[in-house]
Amino acid sequence: MNTLKWTYEVDGSDFTRAGEASSAVKKNLRKLGVPPEAIRKVSIALYEGEINMVIHANGGVITVEMTPEKIDMVLADTGKGIPDIEQAMKEGWSTAPDEVRSLGFGAGMGLPNMKKYSDEMKIDSTVGVGTTVYMTVYLQ
Amino acid sequence: MTPVEFAGKYGLTVVTEGGGSCREIEGAYCCDLLSMVMGRAQENDAFVTVMANVNTIAVAVLADVACVILCEGIHFDEACILRAKQQEVCVLESEKSAFAVALLLGKELGLC
Repeated sequence: MNTLKWTYEVDGSDFTRAGEASSAVKKNLRKLGVPPEAIRKVSIALYEGEINMVIHANGGVITVEMTPEKIDMVLADTGKGIPDIEQAMKEGWSTAPDEVRSLGFGAGMGLPNMKKYSDEMKIDSTVGVGTTVYMTVYLQ
Repeated sequence: MTPVEFAGKYGLTVVTEGGGSCREIEGAYCCDLLSMVMGRAQENDAFVTVMANVNTIAVAVLADVACVILCEGIHFDEACILRAKQQEVCVLESEKSAFAVALLLGKELGLC
């Protein structure tokens, strides 16, 4: 089976660079001729995850694996973790600081958008240890 | 109607052309909360906003909108404009309010 894999380090110190990994993945998928709707889903889900890593976890590592059937995304950080995942999944719930809100984020849409635009999503998080988000977008 | 045609007809400034001459505006989305835009704007929408930071450009790329229309006479800084050029994002600017721009878009889209 053909598998393509990309790994990106997300710089947590520079908010203006957030989105670089998502943009790079989008370009790769376009070159590979992935259907536009799948590219859009991956781009949105990944960007929201990338933003979350910058806002809440001082960065992390994104791994994207693509097979003919699906695109798997793993976003791993060693940030402060999510105490209550169920609450964090609710639209409008956010713990983002004011400076992030002033840039147009922190509306409590990040995790809901990630769930909406991925076909499968799972969150493993331990307070004080970090968070890993697993998302899949199917191609067929 | 393409973003560049829209700008020409209604007196908006074309800051960066990007793909603005070769794609059609098919809808519009007005919002300043970028996560809201990510989740709800549609491909080929005109993204109408007053949020002028580099993340606005990133959202425009990833949501695949037809253009960004910055309203109320607000301008992007040079870093944002450079990013828009690099990412081939069409950026328009207007002195009008977001509501006034939305009305013009609605008229062109046959919505009002």
